Amino acid sequence: MDDPIISVRGLVTRFGTQTVHDGLDIDVRQGEIIGVVGGSGTGKSVLLRAIVGLLNPQAGQIRVFGQSIGDTSDEEHVQLRRRWGVMFQDGALFSSLSVQQNIEAPMRELLDIAPDTRAALSAIKLRMVGLPENAFSKMPSELSGGMRKRAGFARAIALDPEIVFLDEPTAGLDPIGAAAFDALIAQLRAALGLTVFLVTHDLDTLHAICDRIAVLAEKRVLVTGTMADMQNVDHPWVQAYFNGPRARAALAQKDAV
Amino acid sequence: MKTDPHITVVGDTAVLRGDFLINMIEGVVSADLPQKPVHAIDLTHVGRLDTAGAWAIIRLEQSLIAVNRKVEITAASQEQRNLLAILRKNMSTNKDPVPVQLTVLDRLDHLGRYTIGASLKGIAIVGFTGQVVATIARLIIHPGQIRWTSMFHHMQQVGLNAVPIVSLMAFLIGVVLAFQGATQLQPFGAEIFVVDLIAISMLRELGILLTAIIVAGRSGSAFTAAIGSMKMREEVDAMRTLGLDPVAVLVVPRVLALVLMLPVLGIIANVAGLVGGALMSWIELGVSPSVFQTRLASNTDAWQFGVGLIKAPFFALIIGIVGCFEGMQVEGNAESLGRLTSTSVVLSIFLVIASDAVFSIFFAIVGV
Repeated sequence: MDDPIISVRGLVTRFGTQTVHDGLDIDVRQGEIIGVVGGSGTGKSVLLRAIVGLLNPQAGQIRVFGQSIGDTSDEEHVQLRRRWGVMFQDGALFSSLSVQQNIEAPMRELLDIAPDTRAALSAIKLRMVGLPENAFSKMPSELSGGMRKRAGFARAIALDPEIVFLDEPTAGLDPIGAAAFDALIAQLRAALGLTVFLVTHDLDTLHAICDRIAVLAEKRVLVTGTMADMQNVDHPWVQAYFNGPRARAALAQKDAV
Repeated sequence: MKTDPHITVVGDTAVLRGDFLINMIEGVVSADLPQKPVHAIDLTHVGRLDTAGAWAIIRLEQSLIAVNRKVEITAASQEQRNLLAILRKNMSTNKDPVPVQLTVLDRLDHLGRYTIGASLKGIAIVGFTGQVVATIARLIIHPGQIRWTSMFHHMQQVGLNAVPIVSLMAFLIGVVLAFQGATQLQPFGAEIFVVDLIAISMLRELGILLTAIIVAGRSGSAFTAAIGSMKMREEVDAMRTLGLDPVAVLVVPRVLALVLMLPVLGIIANVAGLVGGALMSWIELGVSPSVFQTRLASNTDAWQFGVGLIKAPFFALIIGIVGCFEGMQVEGNAESLGRLTSTSVVLSIFLVIASDAVFSIFFAIVGV
């Protein structure tokens, strides 16, 4: 249990001459919700893409479930992919499939399940993320941004993964929708024992559900810790972020509850 | 490691064993219900449980309730109870909808909708053409508003960059014409007429027609894809809110570039076709280039060349307008982009050939 479920050591990613990460280390423990924050262009999404194997870093070691991502065979990689789910910023639903077909897609491609079972399970997943029944047969382009995010989340958890990667899950949602999404993540974590890797800007999300926060700055993980730890970090960006007016508002709101 | 889930009935209790995971529950879901009355489902020996497994358990419970009225789930851990509760909340209550059968009336309805849709599209294209022509006219009155940079960029894209493929194509067509002509004309001793054959067919018809087809496939599709992806990412809407006219900014530079460059490409194709034909005539029939040239100059009317070239701007207008129009029709999804790009190419090639036929009739009546 003490072994981290994701461990990144000495990650270096570069695009041309621009270095995004330079010797980045991060550990994610089993069953926790970790929130990754950082200014624009600090490579939060790049880190996520590197961990799930969508881009090859220039150097460094990434291990998920104790397996190195860089040098697994294709077959092992498919097995690994089954054990995690990824939700992209705008849902990244397949635009030629209906919402329900989108959720069924991973079940159809990776598992051998009867169509009836598949339909029942995908409908449950869609209701779990709070999509109304009449949205199931719609095409992604007919959904609002918030609904697309929910559908994207439903696809990410379609196979009951052990880790879900969420890229800005609450960005662009109204406060009520965002709070409901936070509650949903926390609820599913409790029920399914998920580990959640969360890239976010939403201070409310960080307050409400994140066990630990990792701050990306200066091309590495500057500091990790709980929300309370962040108040005491002596770094201008961290101070500005966690002690700014918005952060205080979020904190006050939490204390009031 | 993982053990397949299975159900055994002990007394009035269904004992579940094994891991209830998404890829393993198939057997449990399709298994027959126990015959004996069952009043409890025991989860003591359940290993791992995910949402699919919980769904299978609730399904079992529901079907048992239908038979035995009262069924209880026992020995569930707190986590399992939470999961079951979440699942219960999200299970569907209504029955699956019955798939609808298509009747003759439905098919008729589809045909009607398709016909109306096609005619509306025809009207829309005419409207779009009017809009483009009106915008071009406005820009001619106010030349300061023409987007020269954009236009020259597109002239390079559709014109200069297409020169290699167009000249190679025309050269090969010239070679083929000479070769085929030679085999047909040689038995009659009429080899020299191969020059007329190549000159007339190349200059009058093939040079410009085949160029237009290549350009439709090359640039028409590019227009649709470029404008379509801008439409998809709401760039076109953003332009409108900034007070920019998408027709003036996106469509006119492309259409004008095409109208200016297609005749040039046509001339290049004509030259390349004649060179290919002359080369093949020389090799196959021994018609020397100087003889070819003399024969070409003395026997072929300059109007043959003119007839071909007159058509070029019209073909360009068709390709440009269809390409941009289809791009503007793209909606929010990637599939419509692909579909409309192929529609754009097919439609513009079809319209080019159809208008070529109209031109043939026109020139026949005029007597050129």
